[in-house]
Amino acid sequence: MKWLPLLFANLKRKKTRSLMTLGSFIVAFFLYGLLATINDAFNQGIEIAGADRLVVRNRISLIMPLPESYKEQLKQIQGISGVTYGSWFGGVYKEERNFFPQFAIDTDTYRDMFPEYIIPDDQWKEFLKDREGCIVGKTLMNRFNWSLHDRIPIKASIYGGVWEFNICGIYSGKRKTDDTSQFWFHHKYLDERRQWGHGTVGWYYAKVDNPDNALRISETIDNRFANSPFETTTETEKSFAAGFVRQFGNIKLIIRSVGAVVFFTLILITGSNMAVSIRERTGEIAILKTLGMSRIRVLVLVLSESVLYALIGGGIGIGLAKLYTLGGDPTKGMLPLFYLSGYTIGSALTVAALVGITAGLIPAVNALNLRIADGLRRV
Amino acid sequence: MVSTQPNQSPKALIVLRNVSKRYRRGLETIDVLSQVNLDIDAGEFVAFMGPSGSGKTTLLNLIGGLDVPDNGSIIIAGEEITGFSDSMLTAWRARHVGFVFQLYNLIPVLTAYQNVELPLLLTRLNKKSRKKHVETALSIVGLNDRMHHYPRQLSGGQEQRVAIARAIVSDPTFLLCDEPTGDLDRASANDILDLLQRLVSDYKKTVLMVTHDPMAAGKANAILHLDKGKLNSVSKGLATS
Ligand SMILES: Nc1ncnc2c1ncn2[C@@H]1O[C@H](COP(=O)(O)OP(=O)(O)OP(=O)(O)O)[C@@H](O)[C@H]1O
Ligand SMILES: [Mg+2]
Repeated sequence: MKWLPLLFANLKRKKTRSLMTLGSFIVAFFLYGLLATINDAFNQGIEIAGADRLVVRNRISLIMPLPESYKEQLKQIQGISGVTYGSWFGGVYKEERNFFPQFAIDTDTYRDMFPEYIIPDDQWKEFLKDREGCIVGKTLMNRFNWSLHDRIPIKASIYGGVWEFNICGIYSGKRKTDDTSQFWFHHKYLDERRQWGHGTVGWYYAKVDNPDNALRISETIDNRFANSPFETTTETEKSFAAGFVRQFGNIKLIIRSVGAVVFFTLILITGSNMAVSIRERTGEIAILKTLGMSRIRVLVLVLSESVLYALIGGGIGIGLAKLYTLGGDPTKGMLPLFYLSGYTIGSALTVAALVGITAGLIPAVNALNLRIADGLRRV
Repeated sequence: MVSTQPNQSPKALIVLRNVSKRYRRGLETIDVLSQVNLDIDAGEFVAFMGPSGSGKTTLLNLIGGLDVPDNGSIIIAGEEITGFSDSMLTAWRARHVGFVFQLYNLIPVLTAYQNVELPLLLTRLNKKSRKKHVETALSIVGLNDRMHHYPRQLSGGQEQRVAIARAIVSDPTFLLCDEPTGDLDRASANDILDLLQRLVSDYKKTVLMVTHDPMAAGKANAILHLDKGKLNSVSKGLATS
């Protein structure tokens, strides 16, 4: 602690060089924060997916429907304790760029299937009574500045026309990472108004008693509907989400490659700056050793200096990234779970400290091995 | 008493016996010090003179535990330091030796106060007693009013006085000064020399000083001359004339 004044004073030595070193850390860790957030956004769906929920969809494609009658048949299967269904509506609010997911849901069962979504009871009751009612996620409400009881026109890209809905309720998530950018309305209303596709639904969710049986029950379901006009593919919600992410290619690999290049460069920049800065101070380090500073203290002092740069720069960088992500999903709907977690901040600071140690290691060892008599003579 | 004969003065503070140091540069070896003997009692003010390259700095570095001799032994306050390990020497230096150099003395980014405090940071003293020691040391060198100045805001003589304050702040057994006035004008040099004299007379310090300046050497109680690896006493009249 008592060495802090010396540490901080060292940062003030060559201001331009210090600022450049700090700047490299800031840029690198801003980038780190964003890349990690994007990566998390893609994978968050997998993380939070319920292990006890199965997704049942048409074997040919997710956009092909399944018969409404499957609901009763699914309920018969042993080990399944609940079934609900939904359909994709595919509308936009006013213009194309205002895209967000709208789901027609089975209002009798949907809420029980997804207990992680919180809706006040009175709002839910009001929704049940209103044929044109809808429930909107908190994030979506904020995005369009909607308020409760607004009447929202949605341009239906698939079914045609403009459908108007009344916002009866707002849902939020139990966890920060829950997706609150969805829009739900009555499946009955969809069936009433659409011109085609009656008696079908987009997909089913089935809740299993015991996640251990998920695989077996999935097979049972798919066998049950084999050789019918509507064959199914069933998997856990987790692997469904993972498959969805895989559609976008190997995002992790891209992010890791970019990250590795950035950090390699960062270590080189910081390492050479530290080396120059320590070499300039050869005489001073010799003085410190003369005064009785031990070799290990000298090592720690030099390493602390480079770790200090790393933590200040890294901290500012990741802080800026956090501020940026507070603005919400920059793609307006593609990455609904755009959130920089405390875990990511913690790991960023750990990485920063490691970069600092790596970059400071060579200069620190040189300082440690400096012979005093040489140090006082040189320069 | 100061002597360059191995006469075993029982109360000598600094004792060198047959100390040799050679440097190897490529194929040739230079015997910088050969078989040097030296006894210095506590409370002496000794000046070392000699041509450039004669080994004055080398000798001071050996006595101060900054370097180790090839042969011979160095005994300080009854303790033989020649066999010490690097870390033992480091701890020993902090406790026993105050250093003042010609150049690169102060850390430029620290204030006078912080520079003087440095040796105390290596001790267990708490902040309050560190403050007391630093203020005492600065008042001895007459720089209490410049405590919060940075080295670049001080004159050369003032900088050197801060360095002396730093050398005495931990109350070391003796002081080693390598050309402390080498970079100063006459008046500032005289201030520094008066200060060193005062440390010897009023504070009972022992001071060893290397200098090229006969006037400076004249302020010491004894003058030793180093040449061709050998150390000889010089009468004061001879040196100053
Ligand atoms: N690390 C070293 N390696 C090789 N030779 C050295 C080393 N250190 C000192 N020397 C040589 O030892 C001799 C004595 O050097 P030293 O610095 O002790 O002389 P000095 O009397 O202090 O000289 P000056 O009055 O110029 O300061 C010189 O010839 C010098 O070149
Ligand atoms: Mg010298």
